[in-house]
Amino acid sequence: MRGWKTGSALIALLAGVAHAATPPDPLHSPMWDMQAERLFGHDTVTFDPRVRMSVPMLAENQHVFPLTLDARALPHVRRIVVLVDLDPIPVPIDFAPGKAAPWLALRIKLDQRTPVRVAAQTDDGVWHVTGVWVDAAGGGCSAPPASRARGDWADHLGEVRGAVWHTAEATRLRFSLRHPMDTGLVDNIPAYNLETVRITAGGEDIARLTVSGSVSEDPAFTLLLPANEMRPIAIAMRDSNGREFSGRLP
Amino acid sequence: MTLWSRRHALGALGAAALCGTARAERFAGHYQPQAELLADGVWVVRGSDAPIGFDNGGAIANSVILASEAGPILFDCGPSQRYGAALSALARRLTGKTPALARRLTGKAPALVLISHLHPDHALGASAFDPALVGALPGTIADIERDGPGMSDAMFRMLADWMRDTRLVLPGRRLAPGALTIGGRRLTLYAMRGHSACDLVVKDEQSGVLLAGDLVFHDRAPATPHANLAQWRASLDQLSAIPHGLLVPGHGPVDRDGSAIAQTRDWLTWLDGALHQAAAQGLDMTEAGDMPIPARFAAMAAARYELQRSVSHFYPAIEAALLPRIDG
Repeated sequence: MRGWKTGSALIALLAGVAHAATPPDPLHSPMWDMQAERLFGHDTVTFDPRVRMSVPMLAENQHVFPLTLDARALPHVRRIVVLVDLDPIPVPIDFAPGKAAPWLALRIKLDQRTPVRVAAQTDDGVWHVTGVWVDAAGGGCSAPPASRARGDWADHLGEVRGAVWHTAEATRLRFSLRHPMDTGLVDNIPAYNLETVRITAGGEDIARLTVSGSVSEDPAFTLLLPANEMRPIAIAMRDSNGREFSGRLP
Repeated sequence: MTLWSRRHALGALGAAALCGTARAERFAGHYQPQAELLADGVWVVRGSDAPIGFDNGGAIANSVILASEAGPILFDCGPSQRYGAALSALARRLTGKTPALARRLTGKAPALVLISHLHPDHALGASAFDPALVGALPGTIADIERDGPGMSDAMFRMLADWMRDTRLVLPGRRLAPGALTIGGRRLTLYAMRGHSACDLVVKDEQSGVLLAGDLVFHDRAPATPHANLAQWRASLDQLSAIPHGLLVPGHGPVDRDGSAIAQTRDWLTWLDGALHQAAAQGLDMTEAGDMPIPARFAAMAAARYELQRSVSHFYPAIEAALLPRIDG
């Protein structure tokens, strides 16, 4: 560690650049340096166990890999991204928690054995990163979705389901959208995916999600809104064709 | 893709992915299936009760060897060419030595290989046999024709060198439910469903031993990738109604006290209820996969592993059925 710090300080000095290089990757990913530079630019990056992610012990279905991320142990989180190093679409979700907890459950596609990471940016601009290697069979992003194979995707496009649960700690919001989430990596099926999600309560902005084609078909999300959120909750979504979808609770 | 290029592609992938940690190339060991005598001319060959993994070569399912005058009959034949060949050699040795039949049996080759259902840990060992000797119910043959290539790919990915020379064999003999006598061995075949779309159950009439396939798991959590839980429970009722002696489950130890059918039913009923309850509480898939498993299942091998697989198999559909539409 010490040697690396000295070395990088030297390099920064020599290059006349005032930013910290990304620290060495504990997962030894072949793509870390490139992905980190692209995603975090000149921001400081630290590997931080306070960011937690929960995944199953195996990727039973590489098209639907569940992931729950939790950065509630960090102060003032303003942005959270999921990074899948070896995916052709490496950032499935970019989450601005706003007034919601820095906690999110979602399902993503995996195209091969890869590191899966969660990076949470605090108000000081520092990225806090955690991750694990996940062994997955190929094709999560490059095989057609089930509804394309069945042929019924258009019959259900835009169906929104959801509910809220009130607990002492939070108002749990769970919702799903029927959408094929085409990656553009399957022959003759152009990219077509949910792009933005905006959640409001009583008209007030709560949280925003930017979504890419490596989120699973029929995306489903869980968020933790502040406890006792009794105002009507609206979910406004837009996909890459400009089509808009919405859900209202209660 | 040829076997050669597939193995080398896998090796390259593993090497790139782990960057120097020791996983670049691993060679398989040798399968050493061991037989346990259950009754006159009936042996079980136990699988490892673990998840499929490189350390067990995928040999996780139980197989059964039945002696007959025409040669041994096998019930399920493991995951690979080499396992099938090792099982065949074991069956020839055993049946050649059967004292009561020793004069007429001198280690004949298997006369029939019965495949209980499509799953690769039971079916891909058929690669070691003439397809004409491999029998399955028509539903299972259709299942293997549809899903076999994908399952074979998955096994090559996980097991690499253990799968060497394994080719997908479609069973050439279409079985029908009812009586089947092979070389003097009287069997009764039953067509059931629930673990998969088509599950073969065999009763050996001489010994009363019931070969339940994967409709019954014993002290090992049931796997559900193609399961229909309601049909599965109905098949367990059917199984309970068949008079039998020992029961050989698809995975786990031989059932000697008649508890395995009830244990399988208990797990499936708990699983179904627990997944619905989790979805009704708004849990996501990772949270559902981390739910507590009741203490009465503590002795079940691979319980958490199979629970998390089952969440993957069932949860999105349960949620879609439970969550109301809110798009007005």
